[in-house]
Amino acid sequence: MKEVLMQVDNLKKYFPITGGVFQRTVGNVKAVDDVSFRIHRGESLGLVGESGCGKSTIGRTILRLNEKTDGTVLFQGKDLYKLPKEELRRMRPKMQIVFQDPFSSLNPRIKVGQAIGEALYDHGVTDSKVVRERVLETMNICGLASYQYDRYPHEFSGGQRQRIGIARALIMNPEFIVADEPVSALDVSIQAQIINLLSDLQRDKQLTYLFISHDLSVVEHLCDRVGVMYLGSMVEMSSTEELFRNPLHPYTKALMSAIPVPDPTYKRDRVVLQGDIPSPANPPSGCKFHTRCPIASDICKQQAPEYRDVGNDHLVACHFV
Amino acid sequence: MVKDLVEFRNLETHFHTTAGTVKAVDNVSFTIREGETLCVVGESGCGKSVTAMSLMQLIESPPGKIVGGEILFEGRDLLKLSKRDMSKIRGNEISMIFQEPMSSLNPVLTIGHQISEPLMLHMLLDRKAAKKRAIELITLVGISRPDKIFDSYPHELSGGMRQRIMIAIALSCDPKLLIADEPTTALDVTIQAQILDLMRDIKQKLNTSIMLITHDLGVVAEMADYVVVMYAGKVIEEAPVLELFQDPQHPYTKGLLKAKPIINQKQERLYSIPGQVPNPIDLEDNCHFHDRCEFCMDICKVKQPPFRTHGKDNHKSACWLYEEEREVL
Amino acid sequence: MSADVMPITENKNTKKAKAVDTPWKTAFRRFTRNKLAVIGFIMIVFMFILCFLGPVFSPHNLFDYSLKNKNLAPNSMYWLGTDKLGRDILLRMMLAGRISLLVGFVATFIAVMIGATLGALAGFYGKIIDTIIMRVADIFMALPLLPILIILGAVLSDLKVDPSSRIYYLMVIIGVLNWTTLARLVRGQILTLREQEFMQATEALGLKDGRKIFKHLLPNTIPVIIVTATLSVAGAILTESALSFLGVGVVPPTPSWGNMISAANNLIDFRKRPWLWIPPGMCILITSVAINLIGDGLRDALDPKTKK
Repeated sequence: MKEVLMQVDNLKKYFPITGGVFQRTVGNVKAVDDVSFRIHRGESLGLVGESGCGKSTIGRTILRLNEKTDGTVLFQGKDLYKLPKEELRRMRPKMQIVFQDPFSSLNPRIKVGQAIGEALYDHGVTDSKVVRERVLETMNICGLASYQYDRYPHEFSGGQRQRIGIARALIMNPEFIVADEPVSALDVSIQAQIINLLSDLQRDKQLTYLFISHDLSVVEHLCDRVGVMYLGSMVEMSSTEELFRNPLHPYTKALMSAIPVPDPTYKRDRVVLQGDIPSPANPPSGCKFHTRCPIASDICKQQAPEYRDVGNDHLVACHFV
Repeated sequence: MVKDLVEFRNLETHFHTTAGTVKAVDNVSFTIREGETLCVVGESGCGKSVTAMSLMQLIESPPGKIVGGEILFEGRDLLKLSKRDMSKIRGNEISMIFQEPMSSLNPVLTIGHQISEPLMLHMLLDRKAAKKRAIELITLVGISRPDKIFDSYPHELSGGMRQRIMIAIALSCDPKLLIADEPTTALDVTIQAQILDLMRDIKQKLNTSIMLITHDLGVVAEMADYVVVMYAGKVIEEAPVLELFQDPQHPYTKGLLKAKPIINQKQERLYSIPGQVPNPIDLEDNCHFHDRCEFCMDICKVKQPPFRTHGKDNHKSACWLYEEEREVL
Repeated sequence: MSADVMPITENKNTKKAKAVDTPWKTAFRRFTRNKLAVIGFIMIVFMFILCFLGPVFSPHNLFDYSLKNKNLAPNSMYWLGTDKLGRDILLRMMLAGRISLLVGFVATFIAVMIGATLGALAGFYGKIIDTIIMRVADIFMALPLLPILIILGAVLSDLKVDPSSRIYYLMVIIGVLNWTTLARLVRGQILTLREQEFMQATEALGLKDGRKIFKHLLPNTIPVIIVTATLSVAGAILTESALSFLGVGVVPPTPSWGNMISAANNLIDFRKRPWLWIPPGMCILITSVAINLIGDGLRDALDPKTKK
């Protein structure tokens, strides 16, 4: 059995909606609603889902970049939400994040070399020569040239900025990296470079990834296991191979068939979902997917399906499986 | 015989910046035929949107300027039309939808108002007839409860619904050409599938030509009849869709097709095109792809390859690899 | 490492365009391209040279009382004439300028220090700290500035503060009463910056609060601070002039543009001897117009949204 690196149980994250004169809470956006999963050391877990399904919120909440509403998050057996502030800060280097937007994730007024290396100063490395050496080494690993050390972020293209973001996360020798849609903002030819970089790094440094994406094909390529989310809940999770060979949840099936395949001769029986994604502030009762589900029946409207193992480590939440 | 609707002939659109001239569209020629969906593919900054904006003559000037070429629309050169005639064509015969539907809709007017206004203006319908037509259009783009939507405001609708409304507005005057600039990029995949279905449906029903601009080869494969691939301001390959996907010629097109992970076809390692898109300022007269190309030859670095037919079905490309037997350096 | 992770080879074009400047150089270039702003800058430099170097070359003395030369119209000896005690107006105007400019800049410096620090603290820590600081700011903003200043000026007079040290009190008072605008702006900026992904990255990297505030947040608010500070220099000079005009700011014999203009209080002086009040009046006008031009130029130059 592999070691569990990150254990998330019944995680909930609600964003309050305030209204009225006194800014009272009038409702909650249930961005993450009772989600549990484990990430083993050395694996990469993919999280897929459409906008508003809470996948990015999970990425940030398990790193305690925003506060949870309920549930527990254990990293290497330690409850992140019970750590005092300074101890948490010392833990930070072990778990890093790479952001989607290569533009807003870099401070426009800080030079690249400094942006990558500054964290070292706050974690005990004081010799600026050592810092510079380590920055250059990391830049090299990430495909950046050393003469780019003193450049400002605006001089770089999207793909290079993403490399800078990866270098910044990498310099602390992390064990766990949350990659929050790291290639979604990039062009196809650059996407492939970054995906390859991420998978090389994983192999060379034994990294553990939580890879968040809306693109099933990227997730299939990069991840060992995949979780599918809809409106704040996990609807299906299994090993990548199993999920793509035998998707069980109707939402997963629809998601897979909706992806345009770059082959004009490819014919498929497409499940086109009707209607829009409901608002997470006011999710449907019962199974949250029943408003768009092609096989929904009465029980789906009344009762939320249990999220259960149907064998082969394949978890799914649907009444008809 | 299918007639040509739009023909770009050696179009040149340049942007003048302090750092130098950007040839955003550099000697671009291709044809959109009636009732056909033509896809323009390329990465950001390759000039695909600027080509469409040149057709609409919505290039912001300065810094942009159409400096050469012709755009023939049903035989008339749009670049020679007066501003008035052009604005009649815009909206009436050519209409456009954009990537971000929210910024194209006025947030303080109802959907109904925004659909019926051009009807009253261009088609000279009265208020009642305009409303009737507007509701027809809303139904056409696949929205149930059109009456309710008629009276709602843009912020009350989801991204997919707004894009449908944009399509309804674009179709309001029965255009001959619909330009769609990355219409589904901001949408989720399941919604994207709906919108693509809708566009296919409309093309069949109304026989509208579509110029679809996208970076997603999957969308191209699903939608296109004919494909134009652009790189750094130039058309580098064009072909009917089947031909292009089965037998891509230009190394860039080949690379793009290989670089995208395809669902249910897991590879060990993705093919990737090394390097990045060249800086568009003051490009030299060579093949702009040469420094990323694994087949780069000496001639690629100094001379632009001619754009001409190689192989069957009017399959054109601009690459020295296919020129060897015709020209010796 | 495989081929696609190797350092990117750049073509000649990218290299050439890599001569892009730092954000500051870009701002400087944009500023110098703005004609009005450059004119404003030249005017301010001229005022400084006039006020700080001019008196050195003056043949007169500030305390040259000579009643026989009183109220002279401009002539070759007294270029701008003399006042009712026979002192040279030009010399007094230049020395008054030193005081006025000094009050303007020092008062603004004080306001910036207080405002930026409190604004940054309020924006960064939020919650109770934010509430306290911003409610205090509200109180300050609710005070009618001029009456308060007049009262404080009167208090200074009542305490028999020495006229020469009075200007220092004045700088502190004007500065302390002016921190609120800047505090609000800086706080607002920091609130938006805090939501940016690069700030989440600093949190994820486990940076210390000091580094987050001083290396990441404040440098991004500097454009706002510079623009606001520039414009408030003009405000401070005007406030000082108004107070001195009313007799509660800088008091004679120390000259200031404001108390020189108060000559216009006297109907005869106002009508018959315009050389008494027009030169200091012009100085105030030129200075505040110039500073406002610079401020506008800086705003355009530092705003990343305006592209030129």
